[in-house]
Amino acid sequence: MYESMMKVITGYGLISGFAVIGLTMWVSYWLSDTFTKGRLHGSAIAILLGLVLSYVGGAFTGGSKGVVDIPLLSGIGLLGGAMLRDFAIVATAFGVSVDELKRAGFVGVLALFFGVGSSFVAGVAVAIGFGYTDAVSLTTIGAGAVTYIVGPVTGAAIGASSEVMALSIAAGLIKAILVMVLTPFVAPFIGLNNPRSAVIFGGLMGTSSGVAGGLAATDPKLVPYGCLTAAFYTALGCLLGPSLLFLIVRGLAG
Amino acid sequence: MIIYGVAFLALCTLTGLFIGELLGKWMGIPANVGGVGIAMLLLIGLGSYLGNRGLFTGKSEQGVSFWAAIYIPIVVAMAAQQNVYGAISGGPMAILAGTLAVVLGFALVPVLVRIGNREPNATVPTKEAG
Repeated sequence: MYESMMKVITGYGLISGFAVIGLTMWVSYWLSDTFTKGRLHGSAIAILLGLVLSYVGGAFTGGSKGVVDIPLLSGIGLLGGAMLRDFAIVATAFGVSVDELKRAGFVGVLALFFGVGSSFVAGVAVAIGFGYTDAVSLTTIGAGAVTYIVGPVTGAAIGASSEVMALSIAAGLIKAILVMVLTPFVAPFIGLNNPRSAVIFGGLMGTSSGVAGGLAATDPKLVPYGCLTAAFYTALGCLLGPSLLFLIVRGLAG
Repeated sequence: MIIYGVAFLALCTLTGLFIGELLGKWMGIPANVGGVGIAMLLLIGLGSYLGNRGLFTGKSEQGVSFWAAIYIPIVVAMAAQQNVYGAISGGPMAILAGTLAVVLGFALVPVLVRIGNREPNATVPTKEAG
C-alpha cells in the first residue's frame, strides 16, 4: 500500500504540490485568523512556514533545495520552480495601471543603481570587517550581497576561490530570505503601500524571489510593480560586478 | 475561450524572456536582462490594445487571472525550496553581509520616494522602467 501511494505521489508531482501547498495555505490562513486576527497576512505565515520547512528539509537531507530533496515533496519543486514563478509573475501584470508605471519610471531606474550600489557596499564593508583585504574576495562577497546569482557570476569572472563564492551565495540567500520575512513588518514604516514605492522597493532590493515573496506577504496588489523593476536588478548586478565595481574596489584596495 | 488567455500569457512570457536572453548575449553578461519585466510590459501593452478592440475579454481574461491568483501559492512553494539551511550555515559573515544589505535597502525606500516626488511628474516612457 505504501509503495502504491508513493508511486502516485511522486509520479504526479505537480498535482501533489498543489495539494500540499493548498493545505499549507489553509493552515496559514487559519493561524492568521485565529492568532493574529488577520493582522499578519496568511500569505506571510505561509511563506514563513515554507522557509522553516525548507530549513528542516535541508538539515535532514543535506541537500540544497529545501523540502524538494524529500522525495515525497519533490512536486513542490515544479510548482515553485522558475518556470511557473515567472509565468505567474507576468500574469500579475494584468490590470497594472500604466500611468502609475510611467510616474515611477525614472525613480525605478535610479532605485536599481542605488540598490546594487548599497548592497555591494554593505557586502564589501562586512567583508573588510571580517579581515578580507584582496580586491577579488571583497568584490565577490559584495556582489553576493547584491544577489546570490551576481555573487558567483562575478566571482567566476574575476577568479575568486570557491570558498569565497560559497560565502557570497550564502550572503545573497540570507538577503532573499530576510526580504521575504521582514517586508510585511517593515512596510508600514517605509511607506510601502502604493505602486510607486513598490517600484522603488523592487529596484532597491532586487532579489527576485525576495521581492516576489515579500510583496505577496505585504499586499498582492503591489507585486507586479515591484517585480517589474526587480527583473532588471540581477542583470544590472552581473553587468556592473565584474567590471566597474571590481575596478573601483581594486583601485581602493590595491 | 480560457485557453486563448493562457496562450496569450505564455506568448508574452516567452517573447519577453527571449528578448531578455538576446539582450544578455548582446551585452555579454550571463543573465537574462529583464525578461520577466519585458514580458509584463508586453502583457500590459498588448492586453490593453486587444482589450480596447474587444478581442480580449471575459473568458480569455480568466486564463490570465487564474495564474495571477495562483501566484501566492507558487511563491510559498518557492519559499519552501530556498536553501535556508545552506544560507544559515554560511556563517556570521554571510549573515551579516546579507542583513546589512537588506537594512540599507529598506532605509533607502523612503529616501528615493522623496527624491522622486521632487522631480516633476515627468513624461518618461514606460520602457524607461527597463
